[in-house]
Amino acid sequence: MKSSHDLWKAQLEGKIAPDLARELDIFETEIQLRKQGKIDEKLFAETRLRRGAYGQRYDNGQRHDGAKVQQLKFPSGELTKGPTTFWDAPGMQRIKIPIGGLNAEQLEVLADLAEEYSDGIAHVTTRQDFQLHFIHIDDTPALMRRLAAVGITTREACGNSVRNVTACPYAGVCADEAFDVSPYARALAKFLLGHPDCQDFGRKFKPAFSGCKQHACGLVNIHDVGGIARVREENGQLRLGFEYVVGGGLGAVPFQAKIFDEFLPPEELLPTTQAIARVFARLGEKKNRNRARLKFLIKDLGLEKFQELVREERKILPHDPRWTGLIEAELNQQEKPLREGGELPSGGPDDFQRWLKTNIRPQRQKGYSVATVTLPLGDITPDQLRALADIARRFTHETLRTTVEQNIVLRWVSNRDLPDLYAALKAVGLGASGAGNIFDVVACPGTDTCKLGISASRGLAGELRKRLGEQAARLDQAVQNLHIKVSGCFNSCGQHHVADMGFYGVSRKAGNYTVPHFQVLLGGQWENNGGAYGLPIVAIPSKNIPAVVERLTGRFAKERGKGESFQDFYKRLGKVETKTMLEDLIKIPDHDSRPEYYSDWGDTREYTIGDIGTGECAGEVVSIAEFELAAAEREYFEAQVLYEKDQVQKSGETAFRSMVTAARALVKTEFLDVPAEADRVIEEFRKRFYDTQKFWDPFAGGKFGQMLFIAHQKAKEPYNAESAHHLLEEAQLFIDAAHSCYNKMAAQPAAPKAEG
Amino acid sequence: MDLQHINVKLFAERPEAVDREKFTLIFQGWIQDQVCDELLLDVADYLHVDAGPGIVLIGEEADFSMDETKHRLGLRYNRKRGLALDNAGKLAQALRAALQACLRLEADPRLGGKLTFNRRELELFVNDRAVAPNTEATWTACRGDLEKFFGKIFAGNTFKLERQPNPRERFGVTVKTEQDFDPQAILQAL
Repeated sequence: MKSSHDLWKAQLEGKIAPDLARELDIFETEIQLRKQGKIDEKLFAETRLRRGAYGQRYDNGQRHDGAKVQQLKFPSGELTKGPTTFWDAPGMQRIKIPIGGLNAEQLEVLADLAEEYSDGIAHVTTRQDFQLHFIHIDDTPALMRRLAAVGITTREACGNSVRNVTACPYAGVCADEAFDVSPYARALAKFLLGHPDCQDFGRKFKPAFSGCKQHACGLVNIHDVGGIARVREENGQLRLGFEYVVGGGLGAVPFQAKIFDEFLPPEELLPTTQAIARVFARLGEKKNRNRARLKFLIKDLGLEKFQELVREERKILPHDPRWTGLIEAELNQQEKPLREGGELPSGGPDDFQRWLKTNIRPQRQKGYSVATVTLPLGDITPDQLRALADIARRFTHETLRTTVEQNIVLRWVSNRDLPDLYAALKAVGLGASGAGNIFDVVACPGTDTCKLGISASRGLAGELRKRLGEQAARLDQAVQNLHIKVSGCFNSCGQHHVADMGFYGVSRKAGNYTVPHFQVLLGGQWENNGGAYGLPIVAIPSKNIPAVVERLTGRFAKERGKGESFQDFYKRLGKVETKTMLEDLIKIPDHDSRPEYYSDWGDTREYTIGDIGTGECAGEVVSIAEFELAAAEREYFEAQVLYEKDQVQKSGETAFRSMVTAARALVKTEFLDVPAEADRVIEEFRKRFYDTQKFWDPFAGGKFGQMLFIAHQKAKEPYNAESAHHLLEEAQLFIDAAHSCYNKMAAQPAAPKAEG
Repeated sequence: MDLQHINVKLFAERPEAVDREKFTLIFQGWIQDQVCDELLLDVADYLHVDAGPGIVLIGEEADFSMDETKHRLGLRYNRKRGLALDNAGKLAQALRAALQACLRLEADPRLGGKLTFNRRELELFVNDRAVAPNTEATWTACRGDLEKFFGKIFAGNTFKLERQPNPRERFGVTVKTEQDFDPQAILQAL
């Protein structure tokens, strides 16, 4: 752990929103409890995942070094932070950036964190998040506090939760959007963050927004839920709404989203999504994680039945003023330009002209443009982040957004500032042209850091980027406009299904060796919000993939009809002919003559698939009751600490609260919406668990339940050292009994579903 | 002042002569043989970013990298885990690790003798803004320890300490000597 851990806690006191500060204190306590063996590793894994702290390759303590498997002897020995995940093994921290929106101060903090906790790189993901790699779990509370102090939370960045709400980075400034989706997307992100109805999913849940149907920027069709802005005329009035879609997703089995509602009014956006979350939590698969995404539930039920269930759920939702209040608040947060607009420059050197052509997109607002900062493989250094913060302050009101193509855009740049902006970006190595075209290859982390990676997606992407960059001047314009996306495995974090040329990692045997390969996919559509998914053609050795790209693009450039798209061209050519033209590249040379085929891009070790671990994408399926019981344990621990510090009154209150939390954990298995007040919890507990004798111990009978009732009666009396100590003993007994009761219920074949 | 998380960087003499891609192979070999005191885990390649961390050998207690920050290629030792030593002990530990890595690289035949490190300059910084904020107060508090430490290890070789002035950056000091220092002699002195 960094020596400054406690210093940051002290320095940032009062600078973090109280709720968030409390959450982080709790997470820190959970870390301590796990170290003491007081939290189960599975529960802790899901706890840290819901804070964005993810596992990384080799965290099972094994790594093939090219010659043999090394057992990594970590200092904390056998202590784990999840099943087969060693405590000291470096991990990844995902940082949620709703709609990719950032300001300069946040960039500066990300820079400091990348330097101090990571390996000197911040990485932009394909879902507008940031990721830092090689982070020690002990450092995460301090890191999270530093983020929280500038308004960033990592809550629910991973795990079975609502992930980052993404949106088109041009929303609000795009020339052909229906309207700006940003306020609605931000409102939904705030509404769903930590929402009680989103805590019991069997899998992750990803929302996205787009201002139009025809472009790719929001990729709504590949998401669990999504909204595409629509404007409709009703009685002579223009009405805003969303084409609301559900059940999309990539992964091993990709699904296109289906239209749930042709025109969902903005005031229904939040409650409808809440109703979907409740139906998903109640009926979604929990045991088989491979079929636990919303898309499978919709497939199993049928869209109509799903719609019916959601609408029924919507009807019974208790009214929440935030459904409209959050949107109204966000509508008041409108971006403004810093400087006066102007004309687009016409002259300048060639490199500037190239950058203008590929990286500048005129805004709907006359005189302004969006400038894309191209990040190779989504990577940016701390020095570059700080420079970008300065640039954002100099040219804009810090209106930055990350993109799903792993870049950053600066919005509201005055056209007259473009030459100066280019010079400033170029000076810090951020002036590369080619944003969003064939050079700008998108890749997931793959075997570099991901436990599931099969092939080196970043290694391949880097190689393609280098080679295509060298050929830039010779490439046909139609080829330059193509998109390449690479995933390290079939799970599609690199979004390979929605690229002109998609690749995902596989392996093949050649004699006694295993050879890294990539499956080649064609037919994917980036436009229309990821409107069509590519299909695999053939698996090719990794080292031949650059030749595949050269061949596919070369033939397209040479033989395409006028205006014919890449997809249409290869559809016309047919799979058989396409495969035939790649046939010779399938062959694997023998090991002695071409040993380089037996290692992957950017990795000098001989290739193996032995390093593949168990992924954490799906998180651990932990019920809401288990989380509540863990919360009770943590509160009990806090009560003990307070007692040690002679704060007996607080200790007694906290011990009582831990009993109420444990009781609530049980009540929630039957009545999800139980209010948090002690009186109500205890009333429901008595009715459902005590009077029915479900909570009764085989030997002690109702004794432990009575402890809660007596503690409740005495809760208004002041505690002294003796009574607080006594209550601490009883609280532990009560929590243990709650665990036993829950375990008994969980062992029964079909637990009743909770009420809404 | 407790100087934890000390980083040391020594600079390559002729960076243009060095084949940077070789460092991946070399560092993978260091992992195979676990040649350092630290547990070595993985290699990360960031040559595609401008003036970035270069090729990083990730370790449990510390990272080693052929770092390109500010376009200055050099071996950087980054101590990540805290040490229960006094400041002189922590400085000695970091300098020893960095010098040993430099000598190992200079001797690696795969680099063909093209990598040598400057023996009149090194950079030292504390990779933790809370432990050592980049302020005059920090400089005042630790200057004595630094002068004493380098006075001892350079033994008669006149040296100069310059504080890194940019407040946004980590607290750091550039150490320049009047004559070449001898890494072997320093290692013995440490």
